[in-house]
Amino acid sequence: MKVQRFLPRDRFPSLLDRLSEAGYDILGPQVRDHAIVFDTLASVDQLPLGITDEQAPGHYRLSASSSGRYFDWATGPQALKPLTFVPREPLWTSETRDDGTLVFRESPPEARPTAVIGVRACDLAALAIHDRHFLHGAVPDPHYRARRESLFLIAVNCSRSADTCFCIATGDGPRVRYGHDLALSELDDGFVVEAHTGRGRDLLDSLATTEVTLDQLQAAEAGSAQAADQQHRRLPAGSLPDQLQAAVAHPHWQDLNDRCLTCGNCTSVCPTCFCQTHVDERSLDGREAHHARQWETCFNPDHSYIHGVTIRAERPQRYRQWLTHKFGTWVEQFGRSGCVGCGRCITWCPVGIDVTEELAALCQAPDTAPGQAPDTAPGPVSGAAPDRQEPGDD
Amino acid sequence: MITPQRRPRLAVHKFSSCDGCQLAFLNLGEPLLDLAERVDILHFAEAGPVDEAAEVDIAFIEGSVATSEDAARLRGIRERSHYVVTIGACATAGGLQALRNLNDGAAWIEGLYARPEHIDLLADSTPIAKTIKVDLELWGCPVNGEQVLGATQALLAGHLPRVDHSAVCTECKRQQTVCVMVARGTPCLGPVTSTGCGALCPQLQRDCYACYGPAVQANVSALTTYLADTGMPADEIARRLLFINNQAEPFQTAGREWQARVIQRSGGEETS
Repeated sequence: MKVQRFLPRDRFPSLLDRLSEAGYDILGPQVRDHAIVFDTLASVDQLPLGITDEQAPGHYRLSASSSGRYFDWATGPQALKPLTFVPREPLWTSETRDDGTLVFRESPPEARPTAVIGVRACDLAALAIHDRHFLHGAVPDPHYRARRESLFLIAVNCSRSADTCFCIATGDGPRVRYGHDLALSELDDGFVVEAHTGRGRDLLDSLATTEVTLDQLQAAEAGSAQAADQQHRRLPAGSLPDQLQAAVAHPHWQDLNDRCLTCGNCTSVCPTCFCQTHVDERSLDGREAHHARQWETCFNPDHSYIHGVTIRAERPQRYRQWLTHKFGTWVEQFGRSGCVGCGRCITWCPVGIDVTEELAALCQAPDTAPGQAPDTAPGPVSGAAPDRQEPGDD
Repeated sequence: MITPQRRPRLAVHKFSSCDGCQLAFLNLGEPLLDLAERVDILHFAEAGPVDEAAEVDIAFIEGSVATSEDAARLRGIRERSHYVVTIGACATAGGLQALRNLNDGAAWIEGLYARPEHIDLLADSTPIAKTIKVDLELWGCPVNGEQVLGATQALLAGHLPRVDHSAVCTECKRQQTVCVMVARGTPCLGPVTSTGCGALCPQLQRDCYACYGPAVQANVSALTTYLADTGMPADEIARRLLFINNQAEPFQTAGREWQARVIQRSGGEETS
C-alpha cells in the first residue's frame, strides 16, 4: 500500500537533517552559471527557491517566479547521468616492474552513500535504461554498480513542463512511477511525500509529518495534470523503428546536414546516451600507464573508426546513426525507445534542432516533407548501408 | 622508435610568434623537471640552452614562417631532426600574423615603419608545413603544456599521440560546464572548434574563440548561418572566423565568404 504523508514547508529542512544523520552526502538542484545544476547541498537555502526555467530549442534562461517553490523548474542540463556514468574516470593502472613483468591494478570507484533530491520522472526512466545496459547485461559494470547502489533518490513530481518537455509522448512522465525511494509533490504550504521503498518508508517515518488530506492529494494531482497539459510536442504515430528503417535514404538527412553541427551536445545531455571512449596516459619513463574512460559521442568521426576505416565518415551518417539508434534500433536492443522525453537535446542543441520536428519530417514521404524538392533531392547517404546496423551497435 | 642507446635529444625552436607556446612548455613545472632528467634539451632559448644547430630526436617548432631567413633556417632544422612537431596556432596555421595574407601587408609596412626598406618580409605568413614536412601538429593559442608533454611521451615511446578530434562542446560537457550559448545567448565557436584546451574559456563563462583550430568536419556554415539568423552581423562573423586560425580551412573560405557579403553590402548591392 502506498504510504503518503504531508510534510509542512517549515519542516522541509528536517528531510536534509535526517539524510545527513543517516550518513548520506546530499546533492540537490541549485543555480550555477545561469542554470540549475546538481551539486552538494548543505542547506535548503541553496535550493532554487522561486526560480523557474524558460526553455526553447537552443534556449535556456532562468527567471524569478512568483510561486515561492523550490522545484518550479523542469530540467537542468544534467541530472543523474554524471553521477552514475561519470564523464571521466580511471579504470586501471599498469606498471612494468624491474623484471619486465606487467602488473595491473584496478582503480576502484569512490562511491559514498549519496542522496539526490529533485530528480524527475524522465531522469528515473533514463536511469532504468542505464541499469539495464550497465547492470543487467552479460558483463555488469562494477564502476556503475558501485555508484548506482550508493544512491538514495528523492524524486519530485513535475507541476509544470518546459516548452521542450515531451515525456507524455514517450510515456515516462510527468508523474514519477518507479525507481525512487521517496517522491515529493510540492504544494504551496508543503510537500506530499510518498515512500516507494522500505528505506524510503523508514526515512518518511522519521519525519514530523501529518496525515495527508484529500485536498492535498488533489492539489498534487492537479500539478501533474497541469504539467501534462503544458506539453505540446509529440512523436509521430506508428512504429518509429519501422518508419526510420524505411526513411534510411530520406532526403531530409541532407537537410539536417545543413543545420547539424555534429558537436555532440545532444548526446552529452541525453540522459540515456552512454557511449564512451578509452584513453591511456603513460608516464614519461614509459613504466606506468593510466587507463581511463570518458564520455564520447557518435558525432565524433573517431567513434566509428575501426581497423583503419571510419564507418560513418560523413556528417549525415552520424546524425542518422544517433536518431535511428535512439528511436529505432534501441527498441530491438533494449525493448523500448532510448528517448524519455526530457527535451534536453532540443534545449541544449546550440542551433536548436528539435528531434520531434526532425522525426515528423522523416516519417513523412519525401514528396510531402516540408521544404523538400524530390526531383533535386540527394540520393541515399553513401557508405552506411542500413543492413549493417546491428542491434548491438551503439 | 627513438634509439635507446643514448638519452633522447629535444630542441624547441622559435619562429614568428609571441613565445606563448614556449611559455606553456615552461609552465609545466614539475613534469618539465622530470622530462629534463630523461632527455637532453639542447636548444630552448626561452628556458636557457641555446644550440640551434644541434641534431635532435624531436624538434618542437613555435611560430610561423614570415621571412626568407625563416624558411632557410627551418629547412636546416628539418635535416637535423628526426621528428618535427609544430606547437601552436602560428606554427600550425600561420597565426594571427597571417592576417596580413588577407590584406595589403606591404601597405601596412609602409604605414607603420619609418624606414620600411629595412623590413624583409615574405608576402605571406605561412604554417611550418608549407615549407617542410611536419610529423605532428599541435594546435592552440597557446598549446597547453599537457598536450606537449603527452606528445613527447608518445614519441619517446615510438608512436604518434592520440588526438581527440571532437568539438570543444564534447569536452565542455565532460567538464559539466553550462553552455554559454544556450544559457546566456553568448555566441560561441566551440561547436566548430577542436578540443585539446580542456574547454578552458567556457569553464570561465566565456565563449570559445576557436584558438585550437577547426574540429574535424566542422560544420561552419551551419553555425554561421545560425549566428547570422540570430542577429550577428556579417562582418563580425567574418572577424570571428578570420582570427587566430585565419589560414585554417574551413575557417578561411567561410570567413572570406562572410567578408564578401560585407563588401557587397557596402557597395550597395543587397545580398541574402
